Amino acid sequence: MELTREKLGGADDLRIRQLRARDMLRGDISDEELERYVEERVLTTTLDKAVAWARGNSLFPATFGLACCAIEMMSVVGARLDIARFGFEAFRASPRQADLLILSGRVSIKMAPVVRRIYDQMLEPRWAIAMGACCSSMGVFNNYALVPADKFMPIDVHVPGCPPRPEALMHGILKLRAKIQGDPPAGWRERYEAFGTEEVVGAADRPGVNAVNVFQSGETSGA
Amino acid sequence: MDAVTVSDYRRQEESITLSAEPAPGGEDLSQELMTINMGPHHPSTHGVLRLIVTLEGEIVRDLKPVIGYVHTGIEKTAEDKAYWKAIPVVERMDYLSYYFNAMAYCGAVEKLLECEVPKRAQYLRVIHLELNRIMSHLVWLGTSALDLGAISVWWYCFRERESLLDLFEMSSGQRMHTRYFQVGGVIEDIPRGFEAKVRAFTKTMRTRADQYAALLDRNEIVLQRLRGTCPLDEATLLGLGVTGPLLRAAGNPWDLRKAAPYSSYEDFDFKIPVGTQGDNYDRYRVRHAEIYESCDIVDQALDGLPEGPFITEDRKVALPPRHELATSMEALIHHFKLVTEGFRVPPGEVYYPIESPRGELGCFVLSDGSSKPARVHMRDPSFVNLQATAPMTRGSYIADLVATLAMLDPVLGGVDR
Amino acid sequence: MPDATGLELIAQDLRASHPDAVLGTTFFREEATLEVAPARLLDAATQLHARGYSFLASCHGVDYYPAEPRLGVHYQLLDMPNVDRICLKARVGVEDPHVPSLCELWPGANHPEREVYDMFGVVFDGHPDLRRILMPEDYEGHPQRRDFPVGGEPVIFTYNEDKIPGWTR
Repeated sequence: MELTREKLGGADDLRIRQLRARDMLRGDISDEELERYVEERVLTTTLDKAVAWARGNSLFPATFGLACCAIEMMSVVGARLDIARFGFEAFRASPRQADLLILSGRVSIKMAPVVRRIYDQMLEPRWAIAMGACCSSMGVFNNYALVPADKFMPIDVHVPGCPPRPEALMHGILKLRAKIQGDPPAGWRERYEAFGTEEVVGAADRPGVNAVNVFQSGETSGA
Repeated sequence: MDAVTVSDYRRQEESITLSAEPAPGGEDLSQELMTINMGPHHPSTHGVLRLIVTLEGEIVRDLKPVIGYVHTGIEKTAEDKAYWKAIPVVERMDYLSYYFNAMAYCGAVEKLLECEVPKRAQYLRVIHLELNRIMSHLVWLGTSALDLGAISVWWYCFRERESLLDLFEMSSGQRMHTRYFQVGGVIEDIPRGFEAKVRAFTKTMRTRADQYAALLDRNEIVLQRLRGTCPLDEATLLGLGVTGPLLRAAGNPWDLRKAAPYSSYEDFDFKIPVGTQGDNYDRYRVRHAEIYESCDIVDQALDGLPEGPFITEDRKVALPPRHELATSMEALIHHFKLVTEGFRVPPGEVYYPIESPRGELGCFVLSDGSSKPARVHMRDPSFVNLQATAPMTRGSYIADLVATLAMLDPVLGGVDR
Repeated sequence: MPDATGLELIAQDLRASHPDAVLGTTFFREEATLEVAPARLLDAATQLHARGYSFLASCHGVDYYPAEPRLGVHYQLLDMPNVDRICLKARVGVEDPHVPSLCELWPGANHPEREVYDMFGVVFDGHPDLRRILMPEDYEGHPQRRDFPVGGEPVIFTYNEDKIPGWTR
């Protein structure tokens, strides 16, 4: 099946919309006003902003405690530093229902594939916080047994500390909320410009096909 | 893995055989055995514990724990660091009883060095150890109640825990993994106001523990889930090497604080709670009663807290006080040597056991005469206690399995190290 | 702890029943260690068990590099009624690291012996289920041997941050 991708936002495209709108309005409004008219009608930016605001305020963290940082994460849920006042108290056990993975604790090499699998099972848009020094860098234990989380999964916010105070974790979560409310691209590949590692079945024998998710050089800026 | 190298247990894992046991309630009905996987990401396993459970219906026929999901190579890392720099590394092993990890390690090194710990330091250590024991039992109680469904208790226990962590922060600046215990004593004396706060805490802790008992002790659901479930007799427990509240719940009053007192525990008067039947309910009651005893020990230690140095005066082992560096050349040299190289420990091997909230926590240190340990091994109680899961849960339901895991109190950081 | 003479008496009894068992005794910092030949480990443990040291407190491994034989297995035994501890030690070389398993005497030696196998490579003959416990099952190497590298990630400072391949770049 041939998949073509339409690029929106170029000058030609608005012209098409403009022409259609002109046809619709029978020439009552002219160029710039017409563009403004079309944009206001669609309300893209404001609606996106509203969705992003709602998304940021309704994170469902996944219960993913690994080691000592998990105890401090439990303190964040506790009564003193109440995570419920932000609306994030609904910790879901199933990754299918969660959208925030707080990696709290040290990720050993035995656990890394399990973490990756849990992250893959989460539905987009999903976010990840590396809580503590051990998963962000190697922390106290720079040895054979640990893997820094950046090596196998994309992390949005790193919270330093060993273990980070619950206030520090809260600060990290709020920073993540601000990031979400800034409406970044939902898919993690766009967010991190992580192109070049996708797999597409069958695209190799049809070069030049504009398949989805295949990096064509020159298409994305900066990658 | 190709078929040739598949191990027997994996094959057994994937097979479905008919159970040898007769189905409960049915005449001549045999059921299929099904092997399922619980964890490592699971809301009810305490940490990253993976259990491969062979079930017949809802009844657990066999159980194999798979661990290693939070293996951190602590013992290998500690070999790479000077003796006092290994303390923070070793502290992070059993992450709910960090003072105990530090105590076992420092005790082993002090034994090798034949270093005297001043009386005041011993009492301060006891205060912090018992406060840590209360904190560990609070987290245990909260998470166990959460597993059983009594979710409110979790909030109450963590509220108490916050006051405790305030105390730790007062004495050492950190809530967890405080690096407070050093070889030869403690790193700093307690500040003004600490004693009053601790006394206020122990007073409220007793009332709060009464409240938890009122919520749980005679609760019909708790009784049905814990009374009589998964008992294990003392002889099997001893054969498995199980110590701590699990052994005490079965009736054996073995407690290293009384049997082989260390760090001035012989000066304090406290009781050892012991159970009668060895089932889950006894394990819960034993740990709950230990909270009161720990409060008593803390109060007695504060009453009898002697004046004196808080760390050994041996400048070859402990850092000199800061103000001496301005005037004394020897202090400067000692400080320099200790910070850069660290103290050297005479060669030998030592095993130092203490009583942690989960059982016997032992530290084995092999020294080769240099300033870095040649081998540090922490004998963690959860690692050995986990072997009791299978005998305990054979023949019981999955719900009992969850309750038993909760009452076992495994801390996977200690299991995996 | 049995004092030095107590330890010698224990060693003497062991020598009487198994002449080639005892390789040495050490009494250091009030702790008794009895070093036995690996082949006689089960006999020595049975005798100590009958003598009252019926609780296995700990089983751990040590790498004595560069001293030979390199790999040591320690069994820390405890006599609960008398509060007596003794360490039973067996040392094997890296080439032929076989030691009889004590799982029949103490079922609680199961996981600790698996850990010693995993970390040091000591093979316990007669162990019901000897496979890796802490490392992944297909891991190669025995991490806690002294000649195994500590590993880890290089620490990124300003002088090498351009040369080290970044995790997110």
